[in-house]
Amino acid sequence: MSYIDDFPHEARVVRVMFAVAFVSVAIGGLFGLLQAWFRTNIFRGAFSTVEYYSILTAHGVLMALVFTTFFIVGLFTWGVTRSLDRGFNDRRFTWAWVTIMTLGPVLSFGSVMGAFVGWIPFHGSVLYTFYAPLEASPTFYLGLTLLIVGSWGASVDYLWTLYDWRRDHPNERTPLQTYMAVATMLLWFICSAGVAVEVLFFLLPWSLGWIPAVNPLLTRTLFWYFGHAVVYFWLLPAYFVWYSLLPKFSGGRLLSDSLARVVFLLFLLLSTPVGLHHQFSDPGISAGLKFVQMTSTYFILLPSLMTAFTVVASMEHGARQRGGTGRLGWLRALPWEKPYFSGCALAGIAFAAGGFGGMVNAAINMNAMIHNTIWVPGHFHLTVGTATALTFMAVTYWLLPQITGKRLRSRTVAAVQPYLWFVGMVLMSNAMHIEGLAGVPRRTSEPTYSQIVYNFPIGSLSELRLQVALGAALLFVSLLCFLLVVLRTWFGRRGAAPIAVNSDIPKPLSGPDAGPRILDNFRIWVAIAVLLVIIAYGIPLASMIQHGVFTGSTPFPT
Amino acid sequence: MEIHRYEKVWIAISLLFIVGLIGSIVYGVTAANVGTNSDSRQQVDANHLDGTEFGTPGGHWVGPNHYVVYVVGQQWRWKPGTSTPIMVPTNTTVTFYVTSADVVHGFQVVGSKVNVMAIPGQVTKFTTEFEQPKSYGIVCNEYCGAAHQNMEGQLVAVPRDTLSRNNTTNTTTSNTSRDMRILPNNADVGSSSSVQFTASGDRS
Repeated sequence: MSYIDDFPHEARVVRVMFAVAFVSVAIGGLFGLLQAWFRTNIFRGAFSTVEYYSILTAHGVLMALVFTTFFIVGLFTWGVTRSLDRGFNDRRFTWAWVTIMTLGPVLSFGSVMGAFVGWIPFHGSVLYTFYAPLEASPTFYLGLTLLIVGSWGASVDYLWTLYDWRRDHPNERTPLQTYMAVATMLLWFICSAGVAVEVLFFLLPWSLGWIPAVNPLLTRTLFWYFGHAVVYFWLLPAYFVWYSLLPKFSGGRLLSDSLARVVFLLFLLLSTPVGLHHQFSDPGISAGLKFVQMTSTYFILLPSLMTAFTVVASMEHGARQRGGTGRLGWLRALPWEKPYFSGCALAGIAFAAGGFGGMVNAAINMNAMIHNTIWVPGHFHLTVGTATALTFMAVTYWLLPQITGKRLRSRTVAAVQPYLWFVGMVLMSNAMHIEGLAGVPRRTSEPTYSQIVYNFPIGSLSELRLQVALGAALLFVSLLCFLLVVLRTWFGRRGAAPIAVNSDIPKPLSGPDAGPRILDNFRIWVAIAVLLVIIAYGIPLASMIQHGVFTGSTPFPT
Repeated sequence: MEIHRYEKVWIAISLLFIVGLIGSIVYGVTAANVGTNSDSRQQVDANHLDGTEFGTPGGHWVGPNHYVVYVVGQQWRWKPGTSTPIMVPTNTTVTFYVTSADVVHGFQVVGSKVNVMAIPGQVTKFTTEFEQPKSYGIVCNEYCGAAHQNMEGQLVAVPRDTLSRNNTTNTTTSNTSRDMRILPNNADVGSSSSVQFTASGDRS
């Protein structure tokens, strides 16, 4: 019996979530290619220098907010109901949040497309960070709000199901997949509260003309309160896959269940009180406060370094079960031809590289070297653009048959796809990092200036541009491969072939009972997390509020 | 809790690594004197910069070894910087005060340590030093509207002797700065009406 047979209703929820995610990644990916080719002068026929920013906004919103959130909610819906062996409680509630959540991106994306489509009377070319006083139509902000509120509904469903499960299983430990999903969604509640306040109390009424002005530093700080923690909301579902499924894909077992829980708890505690490291270059925040949050940023390296150990050790364990030997020879015994394995493994390698770049970004002094340069998108295309996105694609190859009941099609194309993505991203991201070191700015349609000569540490501008353009092309081909496999599988015939995958997850070598029960008590950890947020953000927010809440900047429509 | 011996070693190494990273940054910020951007404790009204130092932005001496530059970002130019270059002396402490008259901008002097945000209502203060006479390009590195990609300028570091210490009528010897107006030094500033930042420094 596969998941679709056990939970037909929840499988349908997962399919709706994945469908929206894949439509987003398709449009967002095309826009990514067009952007890269525009900036590198390969092809400029699709839009103008000014319209570039609408394409950039749509790319950021579709990829970073829509694709990620929908895929995550789908993945966790599967993980929670499967690991608790229990469906959601109330179908009306579930479909209410599914509807709200799906309406959101339609509104926001539609607003941004107002730049191209005459009959849409809205605008929203404010980029993914929507810094006031640049102003979008109320529909843009409303759409983002609905997306977030809908995802809160999903979180409520997970917590509700866990609550009922606990009543029936009072002495059992929370299953690991549910534990990881719930910890991630609690983090999401805490961090998305910042952007919800920013949008609901400030930007939405301001764009409607109900309040005259907003304080740009305050709204920006509320954004970054959310804006860094959100990267862990993207990353932890990849960790969910790496901890709970990658050991199985490798042919072995997870090393330690308890340490996986500790890792997720550390993220729950430390993810939000780090956001000021995106504001090292900002006025109005003291260097001391920036330094404190820089320190917490470095300590959040710890759970990632712990993850690196566990993931590699679990892979080695799997490889040795498959007959691998030698100090490094075991690597050859891993199933590199299976896309769900290779995608996760390559994503992990990209994340290691991205992590080192992140250590530079987080340094209060070195940050000035790369702040707002193209180094930064180079960095996050390794992290969210590969560690997260490639893991999601990889796990799709394994999960899609289980939520559709259909055998994966075009398996050779699927086997090649992760490698194409990895090579494309290495080319593109590497060149972006190097350009950034020379000071080439991000977020501009024309990166060459009459008064600036860039001194590149390696290579020339034309070589680096070629790498970006070629990398983007490979990424787009890889995306097309992914979509081809998904579409052929999805529209294939059910029952034509056995689906050849199953959700039986082998028990960890060291089970949950090796760790203390207090790990499962989310009430305590959420209380500590909120306390840390108050300590980290109380002082800067109080000081900004003193300088005006509804005073400052009137809207500048985009 | 059951933790494998190797994993304990790995966690210990990780913690040492993290502490080492933080230590190296503390060293970089303090001993190696790499500037950081703190709270200037100054606010302005972005719609009424006229009465402030930003009403007549530009550079002037405030001490024998200290030069300050006021810069305003405004869709889509730096004032000064775009129509006239910013002139700064070499081997001198240079403090930039940057703000915005409209939306958020990013003030980046490419190839230098200067890379700070200009946020309406706030005054960004950043102190640095230029060692060699050299011309730098300035970009706006934060999206600021339709012509963002055109927002650029120039900063020229010149030998300190060539940058006049006298006031108003003097221009520098560099011919690229013909239109550059050198503002009075701070002896005049204190008594003028130019300091109109809203009080915020008295919070402590």
